[in-house]
Amino acid sequence: MKRLTPRRLLGALLALAALAGLAAVLGISVGASRIPTLDVLRALLGGEVSAATRDIVLRVRLPRVVLGLGVGASLSVAGVLFQALLRNPLADPFVLGVSGGAALGGIAVLGLGAGLGLGYWAVPPAAFAGAVVTTLLLYAVAGVRGRLSPTHLLLTGVVFNAFASAAIVFIAAMSGLVEGASIFLWLIGSLASAEAEQTLWVAAFLALGLACAVPLARGLNLLALGEESAEQLGVDVERYKRILLAATSLMVGAAVSVSGLIGFVGLIIPHALRLVLGPDHRLLVPAAALGGAAFLVLCDSAARALFAGQELPVGAITALAGGPLFIALLRRQHVRAFAP
Amino acid sequence: MSAALSLEGVALRLGRNPVLAGVDLELARGEVLGLLGCNGAGKTTLLRLLTRVLRPDAGRIELAGRPLESYPRRLLAQTVAIVPQDTQAPFPFSAAEIVLMGRAPHRPALGFESASDVERARAAMRRVGIEALADRSILSLSGGERQLVMVARALVQDPELLLFDEPTAFLDLRHRVDVLGIVRDSVRAGRSALVVSHDLGLAARMCDRLAMLHEGRVVAAGTPADVLTPDRLRRVFGIEADVVPAPDGSPLVVPHRSAPSGRPTGAGSC
Repeated sequence: MKRLTPRRLLGALLALAALAGLAAVLGISVGASRIPTLDVLRALLGGEVSAATRDIVLRVRLPRVVLGLGVGASLSVAGVLFQALLRNPLADPFVLGVSGGAALGGIAVLGLGAGLGLGYWAVPPAAFAGAVVTTLLLYAVAGVRGRLSPTHLLLTGVVFNAFASAAIVFIAAMSGLVEGASIFLWLIGSLASAEAEQTLWVAAFLALGLACAVPLARGLNLLALGEESAEQLGVDVERYKRILLAATSLMVGAAVSVSGLIGFVGLIIPHALRLVLGPDHRLLVPAAALGGAAFLVLCDSAARALFAGQELPVGAITALAGGPLFIALLRRQHVRAFAP
Repeated sequence: MSAALSLEGVALRLGRNPVLAGVDLELARGEVLGLLGCNGAGKTTLLRLLTRVLRPDAGRIELAGRPLESYPRRLLAQTVAIVPQDTQAPFPFSAAEIVLMGRAPHRPALGFESASDVERARAAMRRVGIEALADRSILSLSGGERQLVMVARALVQDPELLLFDEPTAFLDLRHRVDVLGIVRDSVRAGRSALVVSHDLGLAARMCDRLAMLHEGRVVAAGTPADVLTPDRLRRVFGIEADVVPAPDGSPLVVPHRSAPSGRPTGAGSC
């Protein structure tokens, strides 16, 4: 009888942690000047390397890679939580428009808050607020007496994303943020503006979100058969919804406020992990954190390495990889579900 | 000794519609009670009150002599289990994983199922006859197979009161008889069962007593022979039928071939 055991959980998480570690080393190694893996390790561990190499590794690439790990983990876990809560494997913070709402909140403060004396520190909380409001809006628009129609949910999300993107451009134009590529990066999603301070925000919000979500993991399994069924097994569904709203909004808010609208991570990673590891959320939630972290750093490495001297926004890579892979996974699941 | 379950004057409106208008019902320990009635008579709603998914507007519900309202969430989940009409899952949980979920009310929130939980799940799947499905994804199972998985899950929950919402709707005859045997067995082990059914013949055979729900009230309760009379079937279901004794003495309902004499009285359709 196949089931999740502590040994299987530990094994899977160790393997994924190793993968994230490898991705991080690779992410630091690639770029405009390629740094050999051994030098990367030496610089990280305080060994002997040239001052230039140490600077590139510790000051330029490490913050970016750490930010990538945090953003990837946040988006991926948020995806798992949305999917469990909405009982819909197509739910993802980007697809649902929650990322768009967070970006709108963030850019509103960034563009219009300066007059009120709000500094950069106000952006992540504003993005969090934007995510909360968008999720509540989704429930209001797509829900009838607490039940959500999947079609309405996804359509509302897509339309809201388009609306949010337009509003972002509008606010940016009003407040003179359109210079350079910064607005473009908000809309497509990039890790290029990584700074150490941002890393702390993302890490803190991710830790809070995980602290909320991990204890609920078994209850998320029970939710798979429906809210009523979960309630009959002792799950306080309304409490779960409130906690998950907070957890997903924290993670999406932090991720979007530092990296813009990176799409599909919360869709691809949970799908892929479910196919390999099964649907048990006790494993899936932490695995999604590690898997999402590794995935986004790998995508960002590709974004920096594909065209020498010119980097792509990582959001373009995740969308390019995510679209087709998603369709393939969906098709496979569909075929599987109808196999005799 | 207090009854396993008692309802007194239980009333509920959903929106503007009064679904239940003062239901009185009693279920003794070790008893199987069949709940009959038209579609829309409020049978499923009544079950949802008993699992506290819905709360009554008026009236009292007592479980083992204690107000249902006073049960902590987990204790209620340890005491009452339900086999729903149909179950859909969006994720590929295996049948065994679904059955093991029935142990959730008995485990702390964090952690894994114990060896004894796994043994219980195995035994329940063996009893229901779905061992071979253990590792199959719920997404690949037929409606009937899913229903058997949910029966196993309810058994694993080890409740005092088992609720069945048309447990045999998707099952072939052989599995119907099997499930009814399982219901009888679990009652012999000291539980009680409330079974909603449209299959009057099987209900009459397997239940100790029947209750008929019509227009939000229990219009008849008693032995199958007392409840299933041609007159009542005409009034509640709007059918002309003969009621003849089966070889074991239980009543068999044989509807007439001709068109029904008229609509049943009141709301609901049969």
